[in-house]
Amino acid sequence: MTSPENPRLSREDVAHVADLARLALTDDELDAFTGQLADVLDHAADLDALDLDDVPPMANPFPLVNVLRADEPGNDDVRAEVLAAAPSVEDGRFRVPPVLGEAP
Amino acid sequence: MSDQALIPGWEVVIGLEVHAELATVTKMFSSALNRFGGEPNTNIDPVSLGLPGSLPVLNEKAVELAIRVGLALECVIQPSVFSRKNYFYPDMPKDFQISQYDLPINGVGSLELPDGRRIGIERAHLEEDTGKSTHVGGGGRIHEAGHSLIDYNRSGVPLIEIVSAPDMRCAEDARAYVSELRAILVAIGASDGKMEEGSMRVDCNISVRREGTAGLGTRCEVKNINSLRSLGRAIEYEARRQVDLIESGDKVEQQTRHWNEDDGRTHKLRSKEEAYDYRYFPEPDLVPVEPSDEWIAEIRAALPMLPRERRRRLADAAGVEPSDTALTVERGMDDLAVDTIAAGADAARVLVHIANNLADGVGELTAAPFAALVAMETGGDLTAAQARSVLADLVASGGDPATHASTHGFEAMDTSELEALVDRFIAEHPDDWAGFVGGDDKERKKKAGFFVGQVMKATRGQADGRIVNELLARRSAEA
Repeated sequence: MTSPENPRLSREDVAHVADLARLALTDDELDAFTGQLADVLDHAADLDALDLDDVPPMANPFPLVNVLRADEPGNDDVRAEVLAAAPSVEDGRFRVPPVLGEAP
Repeated sequence: MSDQALIPGWEVVIGLEVHAELATVTKMFSSALNRFGGEPNTNIDPVSLGLPGSLPVLNEKAVELAIRVGLALECVIQPSVFSRKNYFYPDMPKDFQISQYDLPINGVGSLELPDGRRIGIERAHLEEDTGKSTHVGGGGRIHEAGHSLIDYNRSGVPLIEIVSAPDMRCAEDARAYVSELRAILVAIGASDGKMEEGSMRVDCNISVRREGTAGLGTRCEVKNINSLRSLGRAIEYEARRQVDLIESGDKVEQQTRHWNEDDGRTHKLRSKEEAYDYRYFPEPDLVPVEPSDEWIAEIRAALPMLPRERRRRLADAAGVEPSDTALTVERGMDDLAVDTIAAGADAARVLVHIANNLADGVGELTAAPFAALVAMETGGDLTAAQARSVLADLVASGGDPATHASTHGFEAMDTSELEALVDRFIAEHPDDWAGFVGGDDKERKKKAGFFVGQVMKATRGQADGRIVNELLARRSAEA
């Protein structure tokens, strides 16, 4: 359901996106962000005024393609440092709370 | 497509998504080693850990291997863009996977099965692998785990994901597709293709429809298939489950399901309603990949012979159908077969020896002695059984077939010696002989077997059964 003020974006859309981003929003925050996000979309929609039919979509603003590196090993030995910085480590592995469900 | 319907009245529609780890030295976007399975978290760096401020740089070799795969599958090689696929899981530390979405490096292509049928390829794109989670407690079961341990050695390993069209119709088709795909990946050096070790992973999309209908049924995606055998079992189970649902008046729900090897069933992981919303968008830290025609031509020129080309080459040399050469090519013995046939050996005998007597490898066997052995056999100097023993010697220690034959005492038996033996056994067993001469076809066959057996026993298997049979026929005509 889109809000009467902003046909682009409903409060439910914002709640859904917040949920996907693991953000816990209060009702007040949902109201505030629905308005703000809709403003952002409205701003981007200004582009609709232009005739862009012949312009291919850009994946990147830089005039560059094929930035590649050779398949050669480096020597970033960060193991001790990152394991020491982790909140919990077991057998050289990062220990995390139980994972619910399989990876998508 | 298949002769045998799995479930009468129903057609099963199968499409496969195969992930294969590319055989690079380093990871897809950083210079950490592409090596895992050993000591945890040894091949990691800021990029594979997704540390803030780290930036990916694409590995040229990964692109080259992806193009090799595309060429081998006759795909359109096209300009491509990387995207972020967003979801949360602890084995993916930056909370998105870099993949290719709407613009994959390889577009449509096709794969030719050994029997000549073609399975469509929809795309083959590049993406990075995730780390590996181990669930501790609860007997390793994911929902009961006390905690999980993460090893990021595999994080950022380059993968190619090859998506087939829904062109397969039974478990056998799917197995044939996966084994051919694996053979191709290994032949071109793109991947080691080891399903059991997880370097090649197969997800299977399955739906069913009533025979003779054209639309596609609601599909389920089955994950966690770790061998060709599991692939077949999972398809058969899942197809039967869907047919049972429909026949009992229910509907198939679009789901992702998990194959359980132990109970031989698929289990629901999540439904379409819970499907992940990945919010793909172009990866801002990487620029598009647009391989030049020159680069593609260079990679094409360096491609080794593909399995289908090997089958065709041997088929031409042997004067048989390509499908008859599949086993020889699968065993990697087609070079030997082609060379042996070129050295003058009877092609049919060569293929029979490879099929029946070389299952454990060729060892020291080379084309020239193999051809000499087959010539001795077809020339009547060795029986089939003797040729098998000499072949085993050539495999074990190389050398010359004539030398091995004489070591065994496999001298070609003089026909006059055989004649004497045949005459002796005829005289010793007049009743059996009468049965041979006067009996019906069945009796004649039985008695021929008896006399050949006597001669074989007397010669310790060195006699040529064919010649003994000829002698028996001749004596019978004279009687």
